[in-house]
Amino acid sequence: MLGTGIIKGLVETARNFLGSYTRQERLVTVQYPEERLPQKENARTFPFLVYDGEDPIKGLRCVACQICEKECPPQCIYIVKDAVKKPDYAGKMQFQPKVFDLDISVCMSCQICVEVCPFDAIKMDTDFELSNTDRFAGFLLHKEQLAKSNAYYSEIHPTEAAEVDARLAAEKTRAEAKAQANAEAKARVASDVKAKPAAAAAPKAEAQTVPAAQA
Amino acid sequence: MDWAFFILAAVTLASAVGAMALRRLVHCALALALAFAGLAGLYLQLGAQFVGLAQVLVYVGAVAVLIVFALMLTRNVAAATQPLGSPSWPLGLAVAALAFGALVAAILSSPAIQRPVRELPSGTVQQIGIRLMTDFVLPLEVIALLLTVALIGAVIIAMQEERSRE
Amino acid sequence: MTNALDQLFVILKDWVVGWFPAGWQPFVGALLDAMAIVAVFATLFALTTWLERKGLGRMQNRYGPNRVGPFGLLQPLADGIKALTKEDLVPRAADPVVHFLAPLVLVVPVLLAYSVLPFGRNMVPLPGCDAGVLLFFAAGSATELAIFMAGWSSRNKYSLLGALRAIGQMLSYEVPLILSAVTVIMIVGSLSTEKIVAAQGVYHGWLPGWHVFTPWGFAGFLLFLVAATAESNRSPFDLPEAESELIAGYYVEYSGFKFALFFLGEYLGLFAVSGLAITLFLGGWQAPLSFLTWVPSWFWFFAKLLPFIALFIWLRGTLPRLRLDQLMNFAWKFMLPMALVNLVAAALWHWLGAGLARWLVSAALLAAAYLALGRAVSGAAKMPQRHYQLAD
Repeated sequence: MLGTGIIKGLVETARNFLGSYTRQERLVTVQYPEERLPQKENARTFPFLVYDGEDPIKGLRCVACQICEKECPPQCIYIVKDAVKKPDYAGKMQFQPKVFDLDISVCMSCQICVEVCPFDAIKMDTDFELSNTDRFAGFLLHKEQLAKSNAYYSEIHPTEAAEVDARLAAEKTRAEAKAQANAEAKARVASDVKAKPAAAAAPKAEAQTVPAAQA
Repeated sequence: MDWAFFILAAVTLASAVGAMALRRLVHCALALALAFAGLAGLYLQLGAQFVGLAQVLVYVGAVAVLIVFALMLTRNVAAATQPLGSPSWPLGLAVAALAFGALVAAILSSPAIQRPVRELPSGTVQQIGIRLMTDFVLPLEVIALLLTVALIGAVIIAMQEERSRE
Repeated sequence: MTNALDQLFVILKDWVVGWFPAGWQPFVGALLDAMAIVAVFATLFALTTWLERKGLGRMQNRYGPNRVGPFGLLQPLADGIKALTKEDLVPRAADPVVHFLAPLVLVVPVLLAYSVLPFGRNMVPLPGCDAGVLLFFAAGSATELAIFMAGWSSRNKYSLLGALRAIGQMLSYEVPLILSAVTVIMIVGSLSTEKIVAAQGVYHGWLPGWHVFTPWGFAGFLLFLVAATAESNRSPFDLPEAESELIAGYYVEYSGFKFALFFLGEYLGLFAVSGLAITLFLGGWQAPLSFLTWVPSWFWFFAKLLPFIALFIWLRGTLPRLRLDQLMNFAWKFMLPMALVNLVAAALWHWLGAGLARWLVSAALLAAAYLALGRAVSGAAKMPQRHYQLAD
């Protein structure tokens, strides 16, 4: 009969209307900015530099190899290598960047810099609330603004961070084991050779193993 | 103190002149609609409520819309027409003045003007209805038949057009 | 039973009018009425836009606006400020005079139509108007010209198409609208709105004797409601102003306050025609139950108007838009015959005199016509099964 469809439709919308007041799950709106939906794990916006530990300068993983600067398609990264070296997580002395500028108004979030970095130093952030009143300088991020801790990285990308940490820890133990084996080898070599070459090599081996053991 | 009459008459006359003299046809049609509305105002001012409102309903609401539909569906309506001065305007003015003078003389000397004004009848809508159904029922039915015939004719013409287009 | 609260506004108006000399009093009275109508219904318009957005939102499982004030109540104010401060664009090719006048020609007749609605006992702005209902329809028909002016003056193909469609729709639905009002006029015997309301003032026991509680009144009420929805271009009949089809149809080239005036005109038309439906079918300012007549009459009028607004919002949130040919078919092939059958049913009701017989006869006639016409209009659109050649 003509009109039954209309009545059914009206009942349906009335049910929607009344249900929206009684059952909260009917309203699927997220009231931004009071409520926010959690970001997915592989969300990405712009890169940031990871540092281990507490000190953003001493723990910065970036060694200024400039691979990301060369690989970046829109060339938004600008690095100036520092002459002063610093030790990395495994104790080896590495370069560090004096200037690391990233222009996020140019960056296209392609993640190539993350993919090519051999040191897991640059990773993608998920923060999107980056509004700024300065159209040019506000979007040119410097090293201090880009450096965020590993703890933050584990928060935003837990699986990736866990994998990176595991890998770095494994490399560190391997490096230490190698250094240990080197030291023992050197010590055995030193003890095998008698007289002056041994006496001359021992203090030199001592001097070499001491820094290795300290790292 | 018939301010209402003077204002309404001025509006009606001005829009009637405009319906003739404006350059764009659409403006002319809208001025004509305003003239209809002015006439309706005159009827209302005379106390003929039913006639005045029926004038608005029929003329402004239907006839004017019909006219603008007819304008819209013809081409080249937007182009402004030529200016309306014609070289023989003194002759036209003389003829118009002559006709106006004759009409005014006829009206002023007619017995209708010289009769004393009666008071207005009350309950006009009901009286109109009663007269339509008793004294004037035959013209009413004939007009109804005429309108029905016109409606059916229009439908048939439209149907034939559709069929011929298929 | 006139008490002071019921006649509050009448007493106030008489007091203010009494300050002026006798020659000025009619004008001052009319001015006060006009000011009151504009104030009340413009506020109601603002309230309705808020109600609509919240109501539609809730029906669509979302919140409506809730940022601007508490529960978004200041949203209409924000919308008004936005409309006033937007740049008023007039296209270069547009006809400036007609473009300017179109919103005025829309709003002014609609406001004029309010002058015959009885808002309460002794509260008709134009008392003694013998042809009140006719004035209402006459004012309503002047709005069609405004739509043409708007669509034409924009010099835009789409707005012209929208205007043509809108005028066609409004003309088609005016006929059932007026015919369903004519049944009431026929039974009451007068075109005056006050007499129509007074004729519904009888109570059978404690039930009211409104026209909607009779078979022909109920059918007439439904027809009037549907035709009124179509007259004010309201969903599901909002093809002329469909946002997704014709952008905004005949007022696409309007911005800023003129657009707001079109919007205002549409909603004011909605309130006016709801007010007329209340007057014709729902007893105007009469109380619904005989022991509630102590409540002021103007309260009842607005208490009946608010469910109408809610109903229109509910319909808008429920029904999809009708296509132009569906719309026209519905008007000419269903509503017009139904309105004519309604006339016959009302005539039978009047002729058969009081008793059970007239109820049965009227109701049977209307039900039979409804079923037959319903089957005809819904069966005509049976389309054959479509076969897609490549989509397998």
